[in-house]
Amino acid sequence: MSTKHDVKRYPGLGALSVAFFVYLYAPLLVVIIYSFNANRITGVWTEFSVKWYGSALNNKALMAALETSLIVAVIATVVATSIALMAALAIIRGKNVRFRKVSETVVNLPLLLPEIVLAVATLILFSLIGLQNGLLKLVIAHSAFCTPFAFLPIRARLQGMSLDFEEAATDLYATRWTTFRRVTLPLIFPGLFSGAMLAFLISMDDFITSNMLASGGSTTLPVYIFSLIRAGTSPELNAIATLLIVASLILATIALTVASRGARDDI
Amino acid sequence: MSQQNAVEVIDVSKNFGVFQALRSVSFDIQENEFFTMLGPSGCGKTTLLRMMAGFETPDTGSLRLQDRDIVDIPPHKRRVNTVFQSYALFPHMSLEQNVAFGLENLGWDKARIKARVGEMLERVHMDQFAKRKPAQLSGGQRQRVALARALAPEPQVLLLDEPLSALDLKLRQAMRDELRSLQRDTGITFVFVTHDQEEALDMSDRIAVLGSGEVQQIGTPSQIYEEPVNRFVADFVGETNFFDVDVLEANDNKAKVRTPFGQVIEIPAPVDVSRGKATLSIRPEKLNLGDQVQGIDFTAEVRHKHYLGGYTHYVLDAGGTEIRASRRNASREGDTISVGSQVHVGFVQNSARVLAS
Amino acid sequence: MSDTAHTAHASAGASPARRRPLNLAYLGLLPSWLIMGFALLLPILIVAAVSVSTRGAYGGFEWGFDLTGYSQILFNEGWEGEMEFTPQYLIIILRTIVLAALTTLLCLVLAVPVSYFIAQQSSSRKALLVYLVTLPFWMSLILRVYAWMIILGKDGPLPRFLEVFGAPSGLSLMYNDGATLAAMVYTYIPLMVLPVFASIEKLDGTLIEAAHDLYGNRWVTLRRVILPLTAPGIISGAILVFVPALGAVLEPILMGGGKQMMMGSLIQLQFGGGRNWPFGSAIAVMLLVFVMIVLIILALRAARKEAAA
Repeated sequence: MSTKHDVKRYPGLGALSVAFFVYLYAPLLVVIIYSFNANRITGVWTEFSVKWYGSALNNKALMAALETSLIVAVIATVVATSIALMAALAIIRGKNVRFRKVSETVVNLPLLLPEIVLAVATLILFSLIGLQNGLLKLVIAHSAFCTPFAFLPIRARLQGMSLDFEEAATDLYATRWTTFRRVTLPLIFPGLFSGAMLAFLISMDDFITSNMLASGGSTTLPVYIFSLIRAGTSPELNAIATLLIVASLILATIALTVASRGARDDI
Repeated sequence: MSQQNAVEVIDVSKNFGVFQALRSVSFDIQENEFFTMLGPSGCGKTTLLRMMAGFETPDTGSLRLQDRDIVDIPPHKRRVNTVFQSYALFPHMSLEQNVAFGLENLGWDKARIKARVGEMLERVHMDQFAKRKPAQLSGGQRQRVALARALAPEPQVLLLDEPLSALDLKLRQAMRDELRSLQRDTGITFVFVTHDQEEALDMSDRIAVLGSGEVQQIGTPSQIYEEPVNRFVADFVGETNFFDVDVLEANDNKAKVRTPFGQVIEIPAPVDVSRGKATLSIRPEKLNLGDQVQGIDFTAEVRHKHYLGGYTHYVLDAGGTEIRASRRNASREGDTISVGSQVHVGFVQNSARVLAS
Repeated sequence: MSDTAHTAHASAGASPARRRPLNLAYLGLLPSWLIMGFALLLPILIVAAVSVSTRGAYGGFEWGFDLTGYSQILFNEGWEGEMEFTPQYLIIILRTIVLAALTTLLCLVLAVPVSYFIAQQSSSRKALLVYLVTLPFWMSLILRVYAWMIILGKDGPLPRFLEVFGAPSGLSLMYNDGATLAAMVYTYIPLMVLPVFASIEKLDGTLIEAAHDLYGNRWVTLRRVILPLTAPGIISGAILVFVPALGAVLEPILMGGGKQMMMGSLIQLQFGGGRNWPFGSAIAVMLLVFVMIVLIILALRAARKEAAA
């Protein structure tokens, strides 16, 4: 197909794009490389070592933060995905729904507003109502700002799905519930799954809100990492970062594969 | 008409916002009939079909299925099944599971479902693909599975929403035969929606022509084609020529008219034609051309000629009126009429029809 | 027989009221309204209220109408109650807007050619490249910023590289606006590439050919055909970058250090060590207003376009 005068090609784009991908991945690579550095000082390479991984895995505070993050993320994901699913069904499939547009905007609000504003707002609210439980504070706040991330893929999937399937199901004697369980739910599953994955990752990754609401016993992983960074870069931190990068890589690959497989289905 | 009616549509109206989709439509569909609703897009045919399935509710009027009012019955409790235009085969289920779906919801036992699914897939020649997913099938194959799925629960009425429109021409023609024989073998009432007049004429026992939310005419295919009751039907079904005529006298489905070419003739007309201005409709193939013609006779000039193999279409000018005529090329040398020449045009009286303007 | 349609039927069951089941849709919307109302709308109203309250003696706040939170943005109250103009917060506000705008611009300049390149690849390579663009976005934001701390920091790869060209040794590129900008572009770029790519991919290739056929060179084609047709993607990418960039917190804290603050880190400070809730709330309200202005302008534009179409 390539000809001398392919008008759709612009010279230099290839080189620029290669440079772009180097730019995108080089910083992560640098962190990974330094995590294998035996020297305590990050920038000075002495020899290859995996000892920092050992000390990372033995770090009790790190494991406690990871546990907190996982608990909050799992609960927030379940809550946010359920809320998002119900809202998406109501907004896309509901008939004669008033306030449809407003409701959609409300669900998406956390995406539109700066997180720091929401973070201080919930901080003030919780201090006003005297909510003390650190985990509960995190779960409520995370559930709220994870909802739009779960909502968007579900909504997109539901909107892309022809009404014909649900009509065909009722035409074939399925009740509302059977139709939902056997037709709607399986068909929107890829959207539901990537929505839940996104919600989970956003919750795991959140720093601003978690840091604002953090109290003793509710330090999440990013908040803990922040405290480590504040204490200065260290090879152990690089090892932790590398482990997290690999974990995100695996999760993201699973999520994106499921989503793209779903997109290929003819619905 | 001692037979029970499969479907009765009684005075049904439906508006979508300001758009009047249906305006007090009434008709009956008989048992075991291949009934077609034909009309241009927006004529209300799909809305009517969806009302029978239960996906739309009439604003006023009622629908009866085998003598039972069904307006308040939800779709999953109506013994009607639909073949969707998109087929709507569940993409996450195998063909087998698709066909079994309705039967499972009806609470059939497993053995019976298995037997019925096998029988239906065999009936549409898809039994060897039972385990496949819809995405692995061609359009024609999906169509067959959609039919099997809709027929498996033995519905009282099968609704078909332009099921052939997504297929290519050859396949469409083959499927017409298949649909027709399925209807005959199963004895199930088929209600078929299409905008393709050829499909309607070919397959139907009776056709309802719909236009602007109203039933324009109901009748057998030849009644619709040969005896249209108004301009809309004559124009929508097949091709035709219209002339303005004066009706001198009208009675008993006959009208005495003066043609624009001077003759006074008596030709068939529906009851609503009365004295005064009217329209004469004559189909292109009913006109004969040449040096010597039969019946009513006038001359015209040949403007354009379209040679189409089996037929040649002519565009003629008769004193300022454009006329379309077509002639079968029965012999090899047949076509001697050239553009610009004057020809005689003729037609026999009962092949024309007078319609109210 | 052919006129059965007009046979009059008894108009049975012509009642206008049809089955009207409980609308489950409202039930479905209820949880989202509840959580957004409780954890988002109500708190924002409270922030607005706190921004016009009095600073508490020991941090926090006391109810009461007081505009000190806002006046502090421009004026510092002297020993004897006189108001003295202080530009320090104004500079932070300006820095926030400028850095967010620069971030958006740089992301755009990078995203358009890269998206165009990706769109030209075969579909399997396209999928791979889109995956590669998306991937960093799934990685922890704090780690992505941290990576830049290493790269720009003392003894980091970039200062070392510059030493080869005669830069002084022990150089650190950290703790300035440039470092903040670098981290911001890096963290937000996927948000720009994805929508821009989506709209470039949809672009009909024959339009480019038609532009060349009608004697347009590559530059004319880019300016008059490609960019106008991909404008929707560019605009949504710009919002996706600009809005969160206005509220950036981590980048200025970690890269800019204590001095080079942005509005986000300033708010953070007021609710952390600074303990001036009314002032922090006032800045938060300002930030919120900026974002709302951007969103309202865009919503109006979209509405105008819709009305025109």
